[in-house]
Amino acid sequence: MKILVAVKRVIDYNVKVRVKADQSDVDLSNVKMALNPFCEIAVEEAVRLKEQGTAEEVVVVSIGPKSCQEQIRTALALGADRGIHVETDEMPDSLAVAKILNKLVAEEAPQLVILGKQSIDSDNNQTGQMLAALSDMPQGTFASEVKVDGDKVEVTREVDGGLQTLALSLPAIVTTDLRLNTPRYASLPNIMKAKRKPLDVKTPADLGVETGSKISVLKVESPAERSAGIKVADVAELVEKLKNEAKVL
Amino acid sequence: MSILVVADHDNKALNPATLKTLTAAQAMGDDIHVLVAGENCADVANEVAKAAGVSKVLLADNAAYGHQLAENLSALVVSLGKSYSHIVASATTTGKNFMPRVAVLLDVAQVSDIIAVESADTFKRPIYAGNAIATVKCDEAIKVITVRSTAFDAVAAEGGSATVESIDDVFASDKVTFVGEQVAASERPDLSAARVVISGGRGMQNGENFALLEKVADKLGAAIGASRAAVDAGFVPNDMQVGQTGKIVAPELYIAVGISGAIQHLAGMKDSKVIVAINKDEEAPIFSVADYGLVADLFEALPELEKALS
Repeated sequence: MKILVAVKRVIDYNVKVRVKADQSDVDLSNVKMALNPFCEIAVEEAVRLKEQGTAEEVVVVSIGPKSCQEQIRTALALGADRGIHVETDEMPDSLAVAKILNKLVAEEAPQLVILGKQSIDSDNNQTGQMLAALSDMPQGTFASEVKVDGDKVEVTREVDGGLQTLALSLPAIVTTDLRLNTPRYASLPNIMKAKRKPLDVKTPADLGVETGSKISVLKVESPAERSAGIKVADVAELVEKLKNEAKVL
Repeated sequence: MSILVVADHDNKALNPATLKTLTAAQAMGDDIHVLVAGENCADVANEVAKAAGVSKVLLADNAAYGHQLAENLSALVVSLGKSYSHIVASATTTGKNFMPRVAVLLDVAQVSDIIAVESADTFKRPIYAGNAIATVKCDEAIKVITVRSTAFDAVAAEGGSATVESIDDVFASDKVTFVGEQVAASERPDLSAARVVISGGRGMQNGENFALLEKVADKLGAAIGASRAAVDAGFVPNDMQVGQTGKIVAPELYIAVGISGAIQHLAGMKDSKVIVAINKDEEAPIFSVADYGLVADLFEALPELEKALS
Protein backbone atom coordinates (compact mmCIF):
# COMPACT_ATOMS: atom_id res chain seq x y z
CA MET A 1 0.00 0.00 0.00
CA LYS A 2 0.92 3.64 -0.30
CA ILE A 3 0.97 5.83 2.82
CA LEU A 4 0.69 9.60 2.74
CA VAL A 5 2.04 11.46 5.77
CA ALA A 6 1.37 15.16 6.32
CA VAL A 7 3.94 17.07 8.37
CA LYS A 8 4.22 20.61 9.71
CA ARG A 9 7.17 22.88 10.40
CA VAL A 10 6.79 24.39 13.87
CA ILE A 11 8.85 26.01 16.60
CA ASP A 12 11.11 23.44 18.28
CA TYR A 13 9.35 22.13 21.36
CA ASN A 14 12.33 23.02 23.57
CA VAL A 15 12.20 26.71 22.67
CA LYS A 16 10.59 29.10 25.13
CA VAL A 17 7.89 30.99 23.28
CA ARG A 18 7.85 34.78 23.54
CA VAL A 19 5.05 37.11 22.56
CA LYS A 20 5.92 40.13 20.39
CA ALA A 21 5.81 43.51 22.10
CA ASP A 22 3.04 44.72 19.76
CA GLN A 23 0.93 41.66 20.67
CA SER A 24 0.47 40.76 17.00
CA ASP A 25 1.86 37.22 17.31
CA VAL A 26 4.58 35.18 18.95
CA ASP A 27 8.13 36.05 17.96
CA LEU A 28 9.42 33.43 15.54
CA SER A 29 12.43 35.36 14.28
CA ASN A 30 15.71 33.51 14.81
CA VAL A 31 14.14 30.65 16.73
CA LYS A 32 14.89 27.02 16.05
CA MET A 33 12.22 25.31 13.93
CA ALA A 34 11.61 21.58 13.75
CA LEU A 35 9.27 18.84 12.65
CA ASN A 36 6.13 18.90 14.82
CA PRO A 37 6.60 16.07 17.38
CA PHE A 38 3.26 14.39 16.55
CA CYS A 39 4.15 14.52 12.83
CA GLU A 40 7.48 12.89 13.59
CA ILE A 41 5.58 10.01 15.20
CA ALA A 42 3.40 9.83 12.07
CA VAL A 43 6.47 9.52 9.83
CA GLU A 44 7.96 6.87 12.12
CA GLU A 45 4.76 4.81 12.05
CA ALA A 46 4.62 4.94 8.25
CA VAL A 47 8.27 3.95 7.93
CA ARG A 48 7.75 1.02 10.33
CA LEU A 49 4.79 -0.18 8.25
CA LYS A 50 7.07 -0.07 5.23
CA GLU A 51 9.83 -1.96 7.04
CA GLN A 52 7.30 -4.63 8.04
CA GLY A 53 6.38 -5.06 4.39
CA THR A 54 2.85 -3.66 4.85
CA ALA A 55 3.55 -0.51 2.84
CA GLU A 56 5.53 -0.09 -0.35
CA GLU A 57 5.81 3.67 -0.50
CA VAL A 58 5.73 6.52 2.01
CA VAL A 59 5.00 9.97 0.58
CA VAL A 60 5.43 12.98 2.84
CA VAL A 61 3.71 16.31 2.26
CA SER A 62 4.16 19.69 3.93
CA ILE A 63 2.36 22.97 3.33
CA GLY A 64 3.99 26.31 3.98
CA PRO A 65 6.90 28.55 2.99
CA LYS A 66 9.97 27.30 1.15
CA SER A 67 11.68 26.60 4.47
CA CYS A 68 9.40 23.63 5.18
CA GLN A 69 11.42 21.69 2.65
CA GLU A 70 13.86 21.26 5.56
CA GLN A 71 11.21 19.29 7.43
CA ILE A 72 10.33 17.28 4.33
CA ARG A 73 14.03 16.38 4.03
CA THR A 74 14.03 15.38 7.70
CA ALA A 75 11.11 13.04 7.04
CA LEU A 76 12.90 11.65 3.96
CA ALA A 77 15.98 11.04 6.11
CA LEU A 78 13.79 9.12 8.56
CA GLY A 79 12.77 6.80 5.73
CA ALA A 80 10.02 8.38 3.62
CA ASP A 81 10.47 7.85 -0.13
CA ARG A 82 9.45 11.11 -1.71
CA GLY A 83 8.17 14.54 -0.80
CA ILE A 84 5.52 16.99 -1.93
CA HIS A 85 5.83 20.61 -0.93
CA VAL A 86 2.76 22.81 -1.31
CA GLU A 87 4.34 26.23 -1.22
CA THR A 88 2.56 29.21 0.28
CA ASP A 89 3.76 32.11 2.40
CA GLU A 90 0.38 32.46 4.01
CA MET A 91 -0.57 30.54 7.13
CA PRO A 92 -3.52 28.51 5.89
CA ASP A 93 -6.01 27.45 8.59
CA SER A 94 -6.87 23.79 9.21
CA LEU A 95 -9.85 24.03 6.83
CA ALA A 96 -7.63 25.15 3.93
CA VAL A 97 -4.95 22.59 4.85
CA ALA A 98 -7.56 19.82 4.86
CA LYS A 99 -8.80 20.95 1.43
CA ILE A 100 -5.25 20.93 0.03
CA LEU A 101 -4.57 17.50 1.50
CA ASN A 102 -7.87 16.23 0.12
CA LYS A 103 -6.76 17.20 -3.39
CA LEU A 104 -3.47 15.40 -2.88
CA VAL A 105 -5.30 12.34 -1.56
CA ALA A 106 -7.35 12.33 -4.77
CA GLU A 107 -4.15 12.53 -6.86
CA GLU A 108 -2.06 10.05 -4.89
CA ALA A 109 -4.78 7.62 -3.83
CA PRO A 110 -3.04 6.41 -0.63
CA GLN A 111 -4.53 3.52 1.36
CA LEU A 112 -3.56 5.14 4.63
CA VAL A 113 -3.01 8.79 5.56
CA ILE A 114 -1.19 9.41 8.84
CA LEU A 115 -1.07 12.84 10.51
CA GLY A 116 -0.10 14.15 13.93
CA LYS A 117 -3.11 14.74 16.18
CA GLN A 118 -2.20 18.40 16.54
CA SER A 119 0.61 20.84 15.91
CA ILE A 120 2.30 22.32 18.95
CA ASP A 121 1.99 25.88 17.65
CA SER A 122 -1.69 26.47 16.93
CA ASP A 123 -2.84 23.46 19.03
CA ASN A 124 -6.02 23.12 16.95
CA ASN A 125 -6.34 19.34 16.63
CA GLN A 126 -8.55 19.60 13.52
CA THR A 127 -6.80 18.71 10.28
CA GLY A 128 -6.96 14.90 10.35
CA GLN A 129 -10.64 14.87 11.24
CA MET A 130 -11.45 17.48 8.57
CA LEU A 131 -9.54 15.53 5.94
CA ALA A 132 -11.38 12.35 6.92
CA ALA A 133 -14.76 14.02 6.48
CA LEU A 134 -13.79 15.66 3.17
CA SER A 135 -12.32 12.50 1.66
CA ASP A 136 -15.07 10.31 3.12
CA MET A 137 -12.52 8.02 4.76
CA PRO A 138 -13.06 6.65 8.27
CA GLN A 139 -10.86 8.11 11.01
CA GLY A 140 -8.88 6.72 13.90
CA THR A 141 -7.66 9.71 15.89
CA PHE A 142 -5.24 9.91 18.86
CA ALA A 143 -3.83 6.48 17.99
CA SER A 144 -1.62 4.54 20.37
CA GLU A 145 -1.63 1.38 18.27
CA VAL A 146 -2.15 0.78 14.54
CA LYS A 147 -2.53 -2.71 13.08
CA VAL A 148 -3.13 -3.18 9.36
CA ASP A 149 -4.97 -6.41 8.62
CA GLY A 150 -5.98 -7.05 5.00
CA ASP A 151 -8.42 -4.38 3.89
CA LYS A 152 -8.89 -3.06 7.43
CA VAL A 153 -6.85 -1.16 9.97
CA GLU A 154 -7.43 -1.58 13.67
CA VAL A 155 -6.69 1.57 15.63
CA THR A 156 -6.46 1.81 19.41
CA ARG A 157 -7.26 5.34 20.52
CA GLU A 158 -6.35 7.28 23.64
CA VAL A 159 -9.65 8.60 24.98
CA ASP A 160 -10.46 10.40 28.24
CA GLY A 161 -11.62 7.31 30.09
CA GLY A 162 -8.97 4.89 28.79
CA LEU A 163 -8.57 3.23 25.40
CA GLN A 164 -10.99 2.58 22.55
CA THR A 165 -10.37 0.26 19.60
CA LEU A 166 -11.99 0.77 16.19
CA ALA A 167 -11.77 -1.19 12.96
CA LEU A 168 -11.65 1.05 9.89
CA SER A 169 -12.00 -0.07 6.31
CA LEU A 170 -9.15 1.12 4.10
CA PRO A 171 -8.46 3.70 2.83
CA ALA A 172 -8.45 5.41 6.23
CA ILE A 173 -7.06 8.34 8.21
CA VAL A 174 -5.02 7.93 11.37
CA THR A 175 -3.82 10.69 13.70
CA THR A 176 -1.05 9.95 16.15
CA ASP A 177 -0.83 10.29 19.90
CA LEU A 178 2.41 10.30 21.84
CA ARG A 179 2.58 6.68 22.86
CA LEU A 180 2.23 5.27 19.35
CA ASN A 181 6.01 4.95 18.94
CA THR A 182 9.33 6.56 19.73
CA PRO A 183 10.76 8.10 16.56
CA ARG A 184 14.27 7.14 15.52
CA TYR A 185 17.10 9.55 14.87
CA ALA A 186 18.15 10.02 11.27
CA SER A 187 21.59 8.62 10.55
CA LEU A 188 24.14 10.71 8.67
CA PRO A 189 24.14 8.43 5.58
CA ASN A 190 20.34 8.64 5.49
CA ILE A 191 20.47 12.43 5.80
CA MET A 192 22.82 12.49 2.81
CA LYS A 193 20.60 10.07 0.88
CA ALA A 194 17.51 12.15 1.64
CA LYS A 195 18.96 15.07 -0.31
CA ARG A 196 18.64 13.06 -3.50
CA LYS A 197 15.13 11.78 -2.95
CA PRO A 198 12.46 13.34 -5.21
CA LEU A 199 10.62 16.43 -3.97
CA ASP A 200 7.77 17.86 -6.01
CA VAL A 201 6.66 21.47 -5.50
CA LYS A 202 3.10 22.69 -6.07
CA THR A 203 1.04 25.68 -4.97
CA PRO A 204 -2.45 25.81 -3.43
CA ALA A 205 -3.59 27.48 -6.69
CA ASP A 206 -2.33 24.45 -8.68
CA LEU A 207 -4.68 22.38 -6.55
CA GLY A 208 -7.51 24.90 -6.82
CA VAL A 209 -7.65 25.77 -3.13
CA GLU A 210 -8.03 29.27 -1.65
CA THR A 211 -6.06 29.76 1.54
CA GLY A 212 -7.82 32.78 3.07
CA SER A 213 -9.30 32.29 6.55
CA LYS A 214 -12.42 33.65 8.21
CA ILE A 215 -10.76 33.39 11.59
CA SER A 216 -8.55 36.37 12.35
CA VAL A 217 -6.16 36.82 15.23
CA LEU A 218 -6.85 40.13 16.97
CA LYS A 219 -4.23 39.85 19.67
CA VAL A 220 -1.67 37.48 21.18
CA GLU A 221 -0.75 37.93 24.84
CA SER A 222 1.39 36.22 27.42
CA PRO A 223 -0.67 34.17 29.85
CA ALA A 224 -1.24 35.52 33.34
CA GLU A 225 1.89 34.63 35.27
CA ARG A 226 1.53 32.64 38.42
CA SER A 227 3.90 33.83 41.07
CA ALA A 228 5.74 31.62 43.52
CA GLY A 229 4.14 31.42 46.93
CA ILE A 230 5.83 30.47 50.15
CA LYS A 231 7.94 27.55 51.31
CA VAL A 232 6.62 25.68 54.30
CA ALA A 233 8.94 24.02 56.80
CA ASP A 234 7.19 20.70 57.23
CA VAL A 235 4.03 18.69 56.58
CA ALA A 236 2.32 20.06 59.71
CA GLU A 237 2.71 23.65 58.50
CA LEU A 238 1.52 22.65 55.03
CA VAL A 239 -1.69 21.10 56.35
CA GLU A 240 -2.27 24.09 58.66
CA LYS A 241 -1.91 26.54 55.74
CA LEU A 242 -4.19 24.49 53.49
CA LYS A 243 -6.83 24.41 56.21
CA ASN A 244 -6.71 27.92 57.56
CA GLU A 245 -5.17 30.11 54.87
CA ALA A 246 -6.13 28.52 51.54
CA LYS A 247 -9.23 26.88 53.04
CA VAL A 248 -9.15 23.97 50.63
CA LEU A 249 -9.13 21.19 53.19
CA MET B 1 -30.46 32.56 16.33
CA SER B 2 -30.06 29.61 18.64
CA ILE B 3 -27.05 27.73 19.92
CA LEU B 4 -26.63 23.98 19.69
CA VAL B 5 -24.55 22.37 22.43
CA VAL B 6 -23.60 18.74 21.92
CA ALA B 7 -23.59 16.91 25.26
CA ASP B 8 -20.69 14.72 26.34
CA HIS B 9 -21.81 11.61 28.20
CA ASP B 10 -21.39 7.85 28.57
CA ASN B 11 -25.07 6.93 27.95
CA LYS B 12 -25.65 6.84 31.72
CA ALA B 13 -24.63 10.23 33.05
CA LEU B 14 -23.75 13.66 31.73
CA ASN B 15 -20.06 14.57 31.77
CA PRO B 16 -19.82 17.59 34.14
CA ALA B 17 -17.72 19.26 31.42
CA THR B 18 -20.96 19.87 29.53
CA LEU B 19 -22.39 21.98 32.39
CA LYS B 20 -19.29 24.17 32.12
CA THR B 21 -19.57 24.32 28.35
CA LEU B 22 -23.16 25.53 28.84
CA THR B 23 -21.78 28.53 30.74
CA ALA B 24 -19.59 29.35 27.74
CA ALA B 25 -22.56 28.89 25.40
CA GLN B 26 -24.69 31.27 27.48
CA ALA B 27 -22.10 33.98 26.89
CA MET B 28 -22.69 33.57 23.13
CA GLY B 29 -26.49 33.74 23.11
CA ASP B 30 -29.75 32.94 24.89
CA ASP B 31 -31.69 30.17 23.22
CA ILE B 32 -29.70 27.05 23.99
CA HIS B 33 -30.57 23.61 22.66
CA VAL B 34 -28.62 20.53 23.76
CA LEU B 35 -28.21 17.42 21.64
CA VAL B 36 -27.88 14.14 23.52
CA ALA B 37 -26.90 11.46 21.02
CA GLY B 38 -26.25 7.96 22.31
CA GLU B 39 -27.76 4.59 22.96
CA ASN B 40 -30.30 4.10 25.78
CA CYS B 41 -29.39 7.56 26.97
CA ALA B 42 -32.81 8.97 27.91
CA ASP B 43 -31.60 9.45 31.49
CA VAL B 44 -28.91 11.78 30.24
CA ALA B 45 -31.47 13.79 28.27
CA ASN B 46 -33.64 14.13 31.37
CA GLU B 47 -30.61 15.21 33.36
CA VAL B 48 -29.72 17.86 30.78
CA ALA B 49 -33.33 19.11 30.70
CA LYS B 50 -32.93 20.16 34.34
CA ALA B 51 -29.77 22.18 33.74
CA ALA B 52 -30.15 25.94 34.05
CA GLY B 53 -30.59 27.90 30.84
CA VAL B 54 -31.39 25.02 28.50
CA SER B 55 -34.54 25.65 26.43
CA LYS B 56 -34.71 22.39 24.48
CA VAL B 57 -33.12 18.96 24.56
CA LEU B 58 -32.82 16.92 21.37
CA LEU B 59 -32.54 13.21 22.05
CA ALA B 60 -31.13 10.93 19.34
CA ASP B 61 -31.23 7.47 20.85
CA ASN B 62 -29.85 4.82 18.54
CA ALA B 63 -27.18 2.12 18.50
CA ALA B 64 -25.36 4.13 15.81
CA TYR B 65 -24.48 6.75 18.42
CA GLY B 66 -23.71 4.40 21.31
CA HIS B 67 -19.95 4.78 21.09
CA GLN B 68 -19.94 8.40 19.93
CA LEU B 69 -18.32 7.41 16.62
CA ALA B 70 -17.22 10.61 14.93
CA GLU B 71 -18.51 9.63 11.49
CA ASN B 72 -22.08 9.08 12.74
CA LEU B 73 -22.23 11.83 15.32
CA SER B 74 -20.87 14.49 12.97
CA ALA B 75 -23.37 13.57 10.25
CA LEU B 76 -26.22 13.91 12.76
CA VAL B 77 -24.95 17.25 14.08
CA VAL B 78 -24.53 18.63 10.55
CA SER B 79 -28.09 17.59 9.67
CA LEU B 80 -29.41 19.53 12.67
CA GLY B 81 -26.84 22.31 12.79
CA LYS B 82 -27.59 24.45 9.74
CA SER B 83 -30.18 26.59 11.50
CA TYR B 84 -27.95 27.46 14.45
CA SER B 85 -25.58 30.40 14.87
CA HIS B 86 -23.17 28.40 17.04
CA ILE B 87 -22.43 24.70 17.46
CA VAL B 88 -20.55 24.10 20.67
CA ALA B 89 -19.03 21.07 22.40
CA SER B 90 -16.58 20.39 25.21
CA ALA B 91 -12.99 19.83 24.11
CA THR B 92 -13.00 16.30 25.47
CA THR B 93 -11.55 13.50 23.34
CA THR B 94 -15.08 13.00 21.97
CA GLY B 95 -15.55 16.68 21.13
CA LYS B 96 -12.11 16.93 19.59
CA ASN B 97 -12.86 13.85 17.51
CA PHE B 98 -16.14 14.80 15.84
CA MET B 99 -16.33 18.61 15.85
CA PRO B 100 -13.76 19.33 13.11
CA ARG B 101 -15.84 17.04 10.87
CA VAL B 102 -18.90 19.13 11.62
CA ALA B 103 -16.99 22.29 10.72
CA VAL B 104 -15.61 21.01 7.43
CA LEU B 105 -18.92 19.49 6.36
CA LEU B 106 -20.50 22.92 6.90
CA ASP B 107 -17.47 24.41 5.07
CA VAL B 108 -16.49 26.62 8.01
CA ALA B 109 -13.30 26.94 10.05
CA GLN B 110 -13.41 25.83 13.68
CA VAL B 111 -12.26 27.62 16.83
CA SER B 112 -10.76 25.03 19.20
CA ASP B 113 -10.41 24.92 22.95
CA ILE B 114 -11.65 28.38 23.93
CA ILE B 115 -11.01 29.64 27.48
CA ALA B 116 -13.03 32.88 27.35
CA VAL B 117 -15.95 34.35 25.39
CA GLU B 118 -15.37 38.04 24.62
CA SER B 119 -18.49 38.35 22.46
CA ALA B 120 -20.64 36.15 20.23
CA ASP B 121 -17.86 36.00 17.63
CA THR B 122 -14.66 36.70 19.59
CA PHE B 123 -12.90 34.20 21.82
CA LYS B 124 -9.68 33.61 23.68
CA ARG B 125 -7.77 30.40 23.25
CA PRO B 126 -4.37 29.12 24.35
CA ILE B 127 -1.72 28.46 21.70
CA TYR B 128 1.84 27.15 21.97
CA ALA B 129 0.93 24.85 24.86
CA GLY B 130 -0.60 27.72 26.80
CA ASN B 131 2.53 29.86 26.52
CA ALA B 132 0.49 32.46 24.64
CA ILE B 133 -3.18 33.38 24.60
CA ALA B 134 -4.71 34.39 21.27
CA THR B 135 -7.86 36.48 20.91
CA VAL B 136 -9.54 35.38 17.69
CA LYS B 137 -12.54 36.64 15.76
CA CYS B 138 -14.61 34.16 13.80
CA ASP B 139 -16.51 35.53 10.79
CA GLU B 140 -18.11 32.25 9.75
CA ALA B 141 -21.92 32.20 9.46
CA ILE B 142 -22.03 29.18 11.75
CA LYS B 143 -19.44 29.22 14.51
CA VAL B 144 -18.15 25.76 15.39
CA ILE B 145 -16.46 25.89 18.77
CA THR B 146 -14.90 23.52 21.28
CA VAL B 147 -14.60 24.67 24.88
CA ARG B 148 -11.89 23.98 27.43
CA SER B 149 -14.37 23.32 30.19
CA THR B 150 -11.94 23.81 33.09
CA ALA B 151 -11.87 27.52 32.22
CA PHE B 152 -15.60 27.95 32.97
CA ASP B 153 -17.82 27.44 36.01
CA ALA B 154 -20.69 24.97 35.72
CA VAL B 155 -24.31 26.10 35.29
CA ALA B 156 -26.70 24.87 37.97
CA ALA B 157 -27.52 21.21 37.35
CA GLU B 158 -31.04 21.67 38.73
CA GLY B 159 -33.79 24.20 38.24
CA GLY B 160 -34.36 24.05 34.48
CA SER B 161 -37.32 22.43 32.78
CA ALA B 162 -36.52 22.07 29.09
CA THR B 163 -38.65 19.96 26.79
CA VAL B 164 -37.13 16.77 25.37
CA GLU B 165 -37.73 16.17 21.67
CA SER B 166 -36.81 12.92 19.95
CA ILE B 167 -34.74 12.87 16.77
CA ASP B 168 -35.24 9.75 14.70
CA ASP B 169 -32.62 10.35 11.98
CA VAL B 170 -29.98 7.66 11.93
CA PHE B 171 -26.58 8.12 10.37
CA ALA B 172 -24.47 4.97 10.44
CA SER B 173 -21.20 4.69 8.55
CA ASP B 174 -20.33 1.22 7.29
CA LYS B 175 -16.63 2.10 7.17
CA VAL B 176 -16.02 2.02 10.90
CA THR B 177 -16.87 -0.53 13.58
CA PHE B 178 -16.39 -0.41 17.32
CA VAL B 179 -14.17 -3.28 18.46
CA GLY B 180 -13.80 -2.69 22.17
CA GLU B 181 -12.69 -0.43 24.96
CA GLN B 182 -10.64 -0.55 28.09
CA VAL B 183 -12.12 1.84 30.55
CA ALA B 184 -9.95 2.55 33.53
CA ALA B 185 -12.10 1.29 36.42
CA SER B 186 -11.63 3.47 39.44
CA GLU B 187 -13.49 4.41 42.57
CA ARG B 188 -11.81 7.78 42.42
CA PRO B 189 -13.26 10.92 40.90
CA ASP B 190 -12.49 11.60 37.25
CA LEU B 191 -9.23 13.45 36.80
CA SER B 192 -10.73 16.27 34.74
CA ALA B 193 -13.56 16.90 37.20
CA ALA B 194 -11.96 16.23 40.61
CA ARG B 195 -11.90 18.92 43.32
CA VAL B 196 -8.47 17.71 44.43
CA VAL B 197 -5.77 16.16 42.25
CA ILE B 198 -2.53 14.64 43.52
CA SER B 199 0.07 13.83 40.85
CA GLY B 200 3.35 11.99 40.88
CA GLY B 201 6.38 12.47 38.68
CA ARG B 202 9.65 10.81 37.94
CA GLY B 203 10.57 11.26 41.60
CA MET B 204 8.13 8.48 42.48
CA GLN B 205 10.80 6.11 41.07
CA ASN B 206 8.35 3.34 40.08
CA GLY B 207 4.68 2.47 39.68
CA GLU B 208 4.41 0.65 43.02
CA ASN B 209 5.28 3.83 44.88
CA PHE B 210 2.13 5.46 43.50
CA ALA B 211 0.44 3.54 46.36
CA LEU B 212 1.80 6.30 48.61
CA LEU B 213 -0.18 8.84 46.57
CA GLU B 214 -3.26 6.63 46.68
CA LYS B 215 -3.26 6.64 50.48
CA VAL B 216 -3.21 10.43 50.55
CA ALA B 217 -5.78 10.59 47.76
CA ASP B 218 -8.11 8.37 49.79
CA LYS B 219 -8.03 10.90 52.62
CA LEU B 220 -8.75 13.80 50.28
CA GLY B 221 -11.18 12.17 47.87
CA ALA B 222 -8.66 13.12 45.21
CA ALA B 223 -8.00 11.92 41.69
CA ILE B 224 -4.50 10.73 40.89
CA GLY B 225 -2.49 12.14 38.02
CA ALA B 226 1.03 11.85 36.72
CA SER B 227 3.57 13.85 34.78
CA ARG B 228 4.56 12.86 31.28
CA ALA B 229 7.96 11.80 32.66
CA ALA B 230 6.24 9.28 34.93
CA VAL B 231 4.11 8.01 32.04
CA ASP B 232 7.06 7.79 29.64
CA ALA B 233 9.02 5.88 32.29
CA GLY B 234 6.16 3.35 32.34
CA PHE B 235 5.15 3.94 36.00
CA VAL B 236 1.49 4.52 35.17
CA PRO B 237 -0.81 4.52 32.10
CA ASN B 238 -1.16 7.51 29.81
CA ASP B 239 -4.75 8.27 30.80
CA MET B 240 -3.33 9.59 34.08
CA GLN B 241 -1.13 12.12 32.36
CA VAL B 242 -1.64 15.77 33.28
CA GLY B 243 -0.11 18.20 30.83
CA GLN B 244 -0.36 19.76 27.43
CA THR B 245 -0.25 16.33 25.80
CA GLY B 246 -2.49 14.74 28.44
CA LYS B 247 -5.36 16.09 30.48
CA ILE B 248 -5.82 19.74 31.32
CA VAL B 249 -7.01 20.07 34.91
CA ALA B 250 -7.95 23.01 37.12
CA PRO B 251 -8.97 21.62 40.52
CA GLU B 252 -9.30 23.61 43.73
CA LEU B 253 -6.20 21.91 45.06
CA TYR B 254 -3.38 20.40 43.00
CA ILE B 255 -0.56 18.57 44.78
CA ALA B 256 2.52 17.87 42.64
CA VAL B 257 4.79 15.25 44.15
CA GLY B 258 8.23 14.52 42.77
CA ILE B 259 7.43 16.55 39.66
CA SER B 260 10.10 18.95 38.41
CA GLY B 261 7.63 21.20 36.58
CA ALA B 262 8.43 21.00 32.87
CA ILE B 263 6.55 23.57 30.74
CA GLN B 264 4.48 20.78 29.25
CA HIS B 265 3.26 19.73 32.72
CA LEU B 266 2.60 23.30 33.86
CA ALA B 267 0.41 23.84 30.80
CA GLY B 268 -1.89 21.13 32.12
CA MET B 269 -2.31 22.34 35.72
CA LYS B 270 -1.33 25.95 36.17
CA ASP B 271 -4.93 27.15 36.30
CA SER B 272 -5.53 25.16 39.49
CA LYS B 273 -6.72 27.36 42.36
CA VAL B 274 -4.14 26.28 44.92
CA ILE B 275 -0.93 24.47 43.97
CA VAL B 276 1.24 22.52 46.41
CA ALA B 277 4.63 21.16 45.39
CA ILE B 278 6.60 18.53 47.26
CA ASN B 279 10.07 17.99 45.85
CA LYS B 280 13.48 17.43 47.36
CA ASP B 281 15.17 19.68 44.80
CA GLU B 282 14.57 23.22 45.98
CA GLU B 283 15.55 24.57 42.54
CA ALA B 284 12.78 22.60 40.79
CA PRO B 285 10.74 24.91 38.48
CA ILE B 286 7.51 23.60 39.99
CA PHE B 287 8.17 25.81 43.03
CA SER B 288 7.88 28.91 40.84
CA VAL B 289 4.16 28.25 40.35
CA ALA B 290 3.38 26.67 43.72
CA ASP B 291 1.45 28.54 46.39
CA TYR B 292 2.92 26.24 49.01
CA GLY B 293 6.25 24.51 48.48
CA LEU B 294 7.68 21.81 50.70
CA VAL B 295 11.29 20.88 50.11
CA ALA B 296 11.36 17.32 51.38
CA ASP B 297 11.92 13.69 50.51
CA LEU B 298 8.53 12.54 49.24
CA PHE B 299 8.99 9.09 50.77
CA GLU B 300 8.94 10.75 54.19
CA ALA B 301 6.51 13.56 53.41
CA LEU B 302 3.72 11.43 51.90
CA PRO B 303 3.25 9.08 54.92
CA GLU B 304 3.38 12.14 57.20
CA LEU B 305 0.79 13.88 55.07
CA GLU B 306 -1.45 10.83 55.14
CA LYS B 307 -1.20 10.75 58.94
CA ALA B 308 -1.82 14.49 59.30
CA LEU B 309 -5.02 14.17 57.25
CA SER B 310 -6.37 11.25 59.30
